[in-house]
Amino acid sequence: MKVTSSYQDGRLTLFLQGELDHHQAAAALKKIARTVDDYLPQDCVVDMGGLTFMDSSGIALILKISRLMDQSGGRAWVVNAKNQPLKVIDASGIDRMIKVEV
Amino acid sequence: MKQLNYIKLEFPARSVNEGFARAAAAAFAAQMDPTMEELGDIRTAVSEAVTNAIVHAYPDAVGLVQMRMRILAGDVLEIMVRDKGRGIPDVAKAMEPMYSTGGEERSGMGFTIMGSFMDGLRVRSAVDRGTTVTMRKRIRTKEPA
Repeated sequence: MKVTSSYQDGRLTLFLQGELDHHQAAAALKKIARTVDDYLPQDCVVDMGGLTFMDSSGIALILKISRLMDQSGGRAWVVNAKNQPLKVIDASGIDRMIKVEV
Repeated sequence: MKQLNYIKLEFPARSVNEGFARAAAAAFAAQMDPTMEELGDIRTAVSEAVTNAIVHAYPDAVGLVQMRMRILAGDVLEIMVRDKGRGIPDVAKAMEPMYSTGGEERSGMGFTIMGSFMDGLRVRSAVDRGTTVTMRKRIRTKEPA
């Protein structure tokens, strides 16, 4: 699991790569929270294009990012989720709380 | 149901073993010729069940997690994940969506996902004696190419 980011014009994009499970989640959360604090972006795009697997730890991560952005008055959404991660998102129903662009 | 093949695994409740458990499950299930989607479902459900045992069963020690997988007649895969930890006082409550006693990296969606990705899910638990999660999935036989 790797998290990289890019920032331009108020928009922070987080690129998640590899497998996201509970073993990886705490470290990823910490890194993401620090990056959001560093930039205080208006928008936060969670790009899941490189994610080959995620379980419900990914749901917790998305909800946490959404809360972080709420606190600073910004918005967060998910893009590019592939088959398996997308199915987990669908099953969890969080697409009712946060925008998911396929 | 007639048992055609099985494996048993045992490992300490350490989070690094979550990835191993789902890789082992996928490797065993491969002989049933599942689709990529079915394989993804199996890996996801195993990840959830094993993570629950690792996060919740042994708060003060590193106990053992057992995983047993069986292939049953009729193209049915059965996965059992068992611990001998503190148990779940209220299984119905634990299975409610978004209910969690874990940390901020937990969403409370584990049982919901297990139930939605597998065809059958049964949870048995006794306080201070442990928890057994049993899941079944029928692997749809592919059309011949």
